Amino acid sequence: MDEILKFFLEYKEMIFAIVLSIFLGIEVISHVPAVLHTPLMSGSNAIHGVVIIGAIIVMGHADTVIPQILGFIAVILGTLNVVGGFVVTDRMLEMFKKKKN
Amino acid sequence: MDNIISLANQTSILEISYLLASVLFILGLKKLSHPATARAGNLWAAAGMGSAILFTILFHEKDGKHIANVPLILIALAIGSFIGWYASKKVKMTAMPQMVSIFNGMGGACAALISLMEFPKMQNAMALAGDAHMLGGEGIAILLGLMIGGVSFAGSMIAFGKLDGRIGDFKHPILRIINLTFLVGLFVALVLILFMKPVEGNNLPIYLFALAALIYGVTFVMPIGGADMPVVISLLNSFTGVAAAMGGFLYGNQAMLTGGILVGSSGTILTILMCKAMNRSLLNVIIGAFGVAGAAGTEDGDKTVKEISLSDAAVLLSYSQKVFIVPGYGLAVAQAQHLCHELDNLLTSKGVEVKYAIHPVAGRMPGHMNVLLAEADVPYEKLVEMEDANNEMGNTDVVIVIGANDVVNPAAEDDPSSPIYGMPIIKALDAKNVIVMKRSMAAGYAAIPNNLFYHQKNRMLFGDAKATLQKLVAEIKSL
Repeated sequence: MDEILKFFLEYKEMIFAIVLSIFLGIEVISHVPAVLHTPLMSGSNAIHGVVIIGAIIVMGHADTVIPQILGFIAVILGTLNVVGGFVVTDRMLEMFKKKKN
Repeated sequence: MDNIISLANQTSILEISYLLASVLFILGLKKLSHPATARAGNLWAAAGMGSAILFTILFHEKDGKHIANVPLILIALAIGSFIGWYASKKVKMTAMPQMVSIFNGMGGACAALISLMEFPKMQNAMALAGDAHMLGGEGIAILLGLMIGGVSFAGSMIAFGKLDGRIGDFKHPILRIINLTFLVGLFVALVLILFMKPVEGNNLPIYLFALAALIYGVTFVMPIGGADMPVVISLLNSFTGVAAAMGGFLYGNQAMLTGGILVGSSGTILTILMCKAMNRSLLNVIIGAFGVAGAAGTEDGDKTVKEISLSDAAVLLSYSQKVFIVPGYGLAVAQAQHLCHELDNLLTSKGVEVKYAIHPVAGRMPGHMNVLLAEADVPYEKLVEMEDANNEMGNTDVVIVIGANDVVNPAAEDDPSSPIYGMPIIKALDAKNVIVMKRSMAAGYAAIPNNLFYHQKNRMLFGDAKATLQKLVAEIKSL
């Protein structure tokens, strides 16, 4: 019990952010029309590409060869997620826009 | 840089950029859920991401050390950007779901790699400090990130293979037992590793753990039917979000934390919404009841289908007042959406009212069909959602079903033994005539027989959707 309480205190800012973000995520999405399910999934797919920041940090502090190689790969993978995700979503949404005009 | 902006101020600027990124992610997601603002929303989120990446490279410091290896990082960013941009520009709209699945897998793999690199560092530091175990926020975040990221990566690759038709379904009751064992095993292993005494360089357990996560990702997706892949991708998408958030927790990085959790929670809700559109529960999808019970549907016995000739179809359509087109994935596969629009234009010029009835799960993903038709310049107003289309069916003369099957299967309404019973369908039989364009009498994606084909109101027009539409358009023109 002590451990759990200590854990909470140690990470309280992050636990707050996590819990509030969960509610926010639910709230933001809940009224989306079915038409937008695919672009929305694709857009949120791009957003979790934020993991790229972790890859940059780990690569930026790697000082031996193997971590540098792994970090290099991680940065490429993360970038693929970010760039690919946003560009694909944009391509989908571009079509929605075109037909409005 | 340090001479111009003090180290403390650099950190402040970095944190402000993360706050900005978090706000832009939230606003971006919000805008993405409305048709009019969706495109802007995507760009807002991208802008947030860009600034977070830029300021991390410029100002991130740990123990007084800035980001090193900057040239290598920039090269990796350039390679990833080029491949990602090129692949997304080149991919056909029909293959969009596969593409999303791949990018999702890349994010999962990235999260797993980060954990794989951080674990040895943590263990070595703890061994040096003489800790008795590795239990703590850091260890939990690393292991969860590795596990979820690994499952997401392997699962996404299998989902990609299935959507692309490279991997078939592998259903065997034993997989359920294997899956459950693996899932429980993974969590047990996670706890065991946390309680291990840190020993410098003792990395074998974490490698085995990573391998187990990858295998579970494969066996988790393997038995799920291809028709359910959108739901699986959406679920794996939210997994990757959580994996990214674990990285945020590890680094105390608010942008990763909020971004990841936002995707995790909104992705879960989206997954549930998709399941609702198919009138199924998430559990039902994961356990994979589809197809297994498919054989239990009504047997077709000696029922016969009626065919319609091209010229009869042309006459019937030309002299109708109102026509509904029900497009399915078959239309997309045949790349016939442009011809479909041509038929629509031709009929409209003859004074026929033509509309499209879009089932929420038509195509391979919800909303996929709208994207495909939009690509063919079909005006937005012509796309009618299922419920509205069903209300108009009564005064419709002809319904043309092109490459769709399960979404018009009356078994969903009147056969409780059918696996799709309860799924809302487009009620094609409410119209006066139905024409089904289909390559053959093969069952649909869910492998369920369709009684619509044998109904007296229905006539079949066999052939490849593209070729048939071409001939049909020519036939109507010659009338």
